[in-house]
Amino acid sequence: VSAVARSEFAVRGETRLWIAQRASAALLALCVMVHLATLIYAVQGGLSAAEILARTRGNFGWLAFYSLFVLAVTVHVPIGLRAPLGEWLGWRGRSRDVVLVGFAMLLAAFGMRAVFGVFA
Amino acid sequence: MPALSVRVWRGTTQGAFQTFEVPRHASQTVLDVVTHIQRALDPTLAYRFACRVGMCGSCAMTVNGVARWTCRTHVDKVAQDGALEIAPLANLPVIRDLVADMREFFDKWARAKGRFRGAQTRHEDFARLPPHSAQRMQIDAAIECIGCGVCYSSCDVVAWNPEYLGPAALNRAWTLTRDERDSAHLVRLRAVAGDAGCHACHTHMSCSERCPKNIAPTASIAGLKRAVAKAALRGEL
Repeated sequence: VSAVARSEFAVRGETRLWIAQRASAALLALCVMVHLATLIYAVQGGLSAAEILARTRGNFGWLAFYSLFVLAVTVHVPIGLRAPLGEWLGWRGRSRDVVLVGFAMLLAAFGMRAVFGVFA
Repeated sequence: MPALSVRVWRGTTQGAFQTFEVPRHASQTVLDVVTHIQRALDPTLAYRFACRVGMCGSCAMTVNGVARWTCRTHVDKVAQDGALEIAPLANLPVIRDLVADMREFFDKWARAKGRFRGAQTRHEDFARLPPHSAQRMQIDAAIECIGCGVCYSSCDVVAWNPEYLGPAALNRAWTLTRDERDSAHLVRLRAVAGDAGCHACHTHMSCSERCPKNIAPTASIAGLKRAVAKAALRGEL
C-alpha cells in the first residue's frame, strides 16, 4: 500500500470515526435521559430487584432500548479512548486500534449479557 | 514607581532565567520592557519584533506563563507583585533567548493548503461576494489572523500531538474553504481531516481564549469538521 493510499485511508477512516462518535453521542444523550428518568420514576416506591425484573422480563421494548444503549456505548467509548491513548501515552497506530476493537467487543458482550440478564 | 523585577529566559531549550531590574513607566508595554533590557542592560539579549502596533505578529512571547503579543500587552495588566517572567513561545523550538523557531508553525499552514488557489484569470469578471452573505461573514470572523503563534503556543493538543496542524493553520484553511473563488476545496478538506487535522481538536478553546485578535479558531475548526463530514457523507472525500 502506497503512502498516499494509506493517508487517504486515514483521512476517510478518521472522518468516519468522528461521525460515528458524534452520532453515538447523540444517541447516548437520549438513552441516558430515558434511563435516568425511568430510574427516578421507578425508585419512588422503593427499589427492589423483583420490581425491576417485573418491568423488564419479556419486555421487548426495554430489550430494544437497552440493546441500543449498549450499541451506543460500544461505538462511543473505544473511539473516545483513542485520543488519550495517543496523546498521553503516545500509543498510536494499528496495535492501539486492534486492542480497542477487542475492548469494544468486550463492552458489547458484557453489556448484552446484562441486558439479557434482566430480559430472560 | 518601584522598579520592575523581570525574569527573562536566556539560552535555547537548555537555559535559565536571568533577572533584570527595569524602571517603570506609565503605559509601558512588555515589549518596552524587553527593549529596555536589550538597549540599556544587556545587548546580547535576542528577541523579535517589527511593527510595535499589533499588526505583524512577530513579538509574541510567554508572559507570566501565558502566550501574549507583547507590543499590545501593558505591564499594568500582567505584572504580578511588580514581577514579570518572560519566556519564548511554548510548543516551538527555541533559537535563542526569546526567539522561537516559527518554521514548523508556518510549514503547517502550507500542509493545511493555506494558499488561495483560484481558477480564473484576469480576463474574467470579478467574483461578486455580497458582504452580508453567510460565507463572507464567516470569512470575516476568521480572516484577521496576524500569524503570531499565540494560539499554537497555547494549544494542549499541539503539545500532545506534534503532528497536529494547530489552530492558526486550520483557521486559515477554514477561511479558504468558505471562499467560493477558491478551486482547491476538496484537496484542502483532505489535508485538514484526520488525526493531525481538525479531528484532533478537543475544543479546549485555549486558542480562542488567548487570540489577541479575538478570533475563535475553535469555531473555525468546528466548521471544518462539519465541512469534512458533509464531504464524507456525499462520498467526495
